Amino acid sequence: MNFALTDLMPLLPEVFLLAATCFILILDLFLSQDQRYITYILTLAALAGCGWLTFSTATGITAYAMHGMFVDDLLSDTLKLMLYFTVAITLVYSREYLRLRGMFQGEFFVLVLFATLGMMVMISANHFLTLYMGLELMSLSLYALVALQRDSAIASEAAMKYFVLGALASGMLLYGMSMIYGATDSLELPRIALVLQADIGNSMVLVFGLVFIVAGLAFKLGVAPFHMWVPDVYHGAPTAVTLFIGTATKIAAFAFVLRILVQGLQSISPDWQQMLVIMAVLSMAVGNIAAIAQTNFKRMLAYSTISHMGFLLLGLLAADINGYSSAMFYILAYVLTGLGAFGMIMLLSRQGFEADRIEDLKGLNQRNPWYAFLLLLMMFSLAGLPPTIGFYAKLAVLQAVVQAGYTWLAVVGVLFSLIGAFYYLRIVRLMYFENPEDTHAITPTTDVQMLMSANGLAVLGLGILPQPLMALCTYAMERSL
Amino acid sequence: MSFAVVVFYFFAAILLFAAFRVITTRNPVHAALYLVLAFFTAAGLWLMLDAEFLAITLVLVYVGAVMVLFLFVVMMLDINLDRLRDGFWDYLPLAGFVATMLAVEMGIVLGSRNFGLSIVPAPSLHPAGYSNTKELGGLLYTQYVYPFELAAVVLLVAIVAAITLTMRRRKNSKYQNPAEQVKIQRGERVRMVEMASDQPSSTKS
Repeated sequence: MNFALTDLMPLLPEVFLLAATCFILILDLFLSQDQRYITYILTLAALAGCGWLTFSTATGITAYAMHGMFVDDLLSDTLKLMLYFTVAITLVYSREYLRLRGMFQGEFFVLVLFATLGMMVMISANHFLTLYMGLELMSLSLYALVALQRDSAIASEAAMKYFVLGALASGMLLYGMSMIYGATDSLELPRIALVLQADIGNSMVLVFGLVFIVAGLAFKLGVAPFHMWVPDVYHGAPTAVTLFIGTATKIAAFAFVLRILVQGLQSISPDWQQMLVIMAVLSMAVGNIAAIAQTNFKRMLAYSTISHMGFLLLGLLAADINGYSSAMFYILAYVLTGLGAFGMIMLLSRQGFEADRIEDLKGLNQRNPWYAFLLLLMMFSLAGLPPTIGFYAKLAVLQAVVQAGYTWLAVVGVLFSLIGAFYYLRIVRLMYFENPEDTHAITPTTDVQMLMSANGLAVLGLGILPQPLMALCTYAMERSL
Repeated sequence: MSFAVVVFYFFAAILLFAAFRVITTRNPVHAALYLVLAFFTAAGLWLMLDAEFLAITLVLVYVGAVMVLFLFVVMMLDINLDRLRDGFWDYLPLAGFVATMLAVEMGIVLGSRNFGLSIVPAPSLHPAGYSNTKELGGLLYTQYVYPFELAAVVLLVAIVAAITLTMRRRKNSKYQNPAEQVKIQRGERVRMVEMASDQPSSTKS
C-alpha cells in the first residue's frame, strides 16, 4: 500500500477545517467570557480559510481520493462554497441573539464547525460509508445544538424528538444501504452505478433497499410523510440553531440525495421517481395547508420548508441534467431566502423577548420601513412572486418537470403555491396594514444591518438577473454528473 | 447435520428468543440483561465466521461497557411502566398491520430465492494461520482510513456535546480546592487570642 501526499490534496479544506476546529476548541478554554469574540472571529476565519482553499483548488476536474471514498468535483466545490457562505452569515446573524441569551460560548461555534465538517463530508462523499459518517457527524452536532438551551423545556423536547427520529432515519438508511450492497456487491457509488448499468439483475432486492433509502433521505430532508419532526424542532430550537438547520443542512441534504439517487442509483430512476412523486405532492399539500393555521412564525416557516422541499423533489424527479440544475438553483434560492427570513426573527428579538409570533410582525412598516421591505422581499420570494429569486427558482423547476413529461405535477405544484401565497401575503398585510402593538426600537448592530440589507437585495437582484447563477448550476451539474 | 450447523442453529435460536424478550419483557432491567444475552450469542455467531476480533470486541465493548452503563441508567431512573404502555392497544391494529406487511415483504425479499446459496455462495475457507485481526487492521488503516478518522471525529463531537449538555457550574455551589487546602498556614486556621485570665476568685461575694 503506497501512500502519496497528492492523495490528500483534494481533502485540504476538510483537513484544514478539522485542524482549525480542534485549535478553536482548545483555545476557547483559555478565554474569559469577555474575550469570547476571539472564538467568533476565529470561527469566521476558519470558514474563510476553507473558502479560499476550496476556491483555489477548484480545477473543475473530478478527482477521487482516499481509495475512492472521497470525490472532489465542480459540484462539490460549488456547494461547499455556498455552505461556507451560509454558515458564516448564520453566525453573524446569531451573534447578538446568542450573547443576550447566554449561549455565546465556544461550544456553540465548535459544534457548528463540526456540523459544517460533516456537511462537507456528505457533499464530497463517493461511498456509502462516507455518506453515512458525514451524516452522523452533522446530525450529532445538530442534536446537541438544539438542546443547547438546557433550561428550556421546549428545546429539550425538540432535541429529543429530533434525536429519536434522526436515529430511526439513520437506521433505515443503513438498512437500505445494506440491501443495495447485497444486490450490487459494492458500497462505492460509481461502481454501484456501473454494476447496475451492466445488469439490473435482481431488481426486487434493489427496490426493497431503495424504499428504505428513500424513507431515510425523506426523514433527513423533512418531506411528508416523514416531516413530523420539522415543526417541533424549528419551533423548539433556539432561533440561531433553527437558522442553521433551516439553511445550511438543506445544501448538504441536497448533495446527499443527489449522490445516492443520481450518482449511485440512476439506473433504477423509474423506481425512485414514483416514490418522489408521491412525497412531493404530499409535502406540498401538507406544508402549504398546515402553514395557514400557524400562529408562530417559526412554525409557519417550518411548514413552508416542508412545501419547499416538496418542490425541490419535483426538480429531482425530472431525472435529467435540466432538472438537477434547476433543483440546485432552487435549493440555493431557498437557502438565501431562508437566511433572511429566520435572520429577521433574530433581528427583531431583543433581551428577554423572542419575536417568533406572527403578531409580533404587526405594523413593522411603521416601526422600520426598511426591514419591513426586506421581509416583504423574503415573503415574496418564498411565495414565488416576481421579481424575486423564488419566482425564477419555481419557474425553472416547473419547466424541468413539464419537459420530463409530468405536466399534471406542474399544475399541482402551481395550485399548492397559490394556496401557499395566502399565508406569505398575510405576513405582508400584518406588516403594512396593521398598527404596531410593540413600539420598541429595532437596533441591530451595523454588520447585521449591512448583511441583512445585502441579503434582501440579493434576493431581489438574483431574481431580476438569475442567469449567471443558473448557468453556474448547469455548468457544475454538467461537469460533475 | 454437521456440528457447525447444530451450533449455528443453537446460537440463532437463543439470539432470536433473547431479542424477542428484550422488547416484550415488562422489567427494563430484564430487558437489558436479555440484550446482553443477545450480544453474547451474536458474538458466538461471528466467532463461527472466523471473525474473532469482532466477536471479542462485541463482548468487551457492548457487554462490558455499554450495557453495564445502560443497566446503571435503567436502575437509577424510575420508569413508569404503565405510562410506557399507554395507548398500546389503540395503536396495535394499525401498527400490527404495518409490521405484518413489513415482515411478509422482508420474508419474500430476503428468502432463498434472492439470497440463497446458489446466488450468494459461501466464502471459501481461510488457510491455516489466517488472522482476522490482522486483516481487519490492514483494511482499517489503509482502505478505510477516511471513514475511520471520521468515526474518531464523531466520537470527539460526542464528548464535546455530552460535556456541553451536562456540565453546569452553579453560582452558589460549594466545592473544595485541594491546592488551597494544602497551602494553608496555621495562622489562617487558628486565631491566638490574648486575654486576661478570668479567675473565679474575685467574683465570689
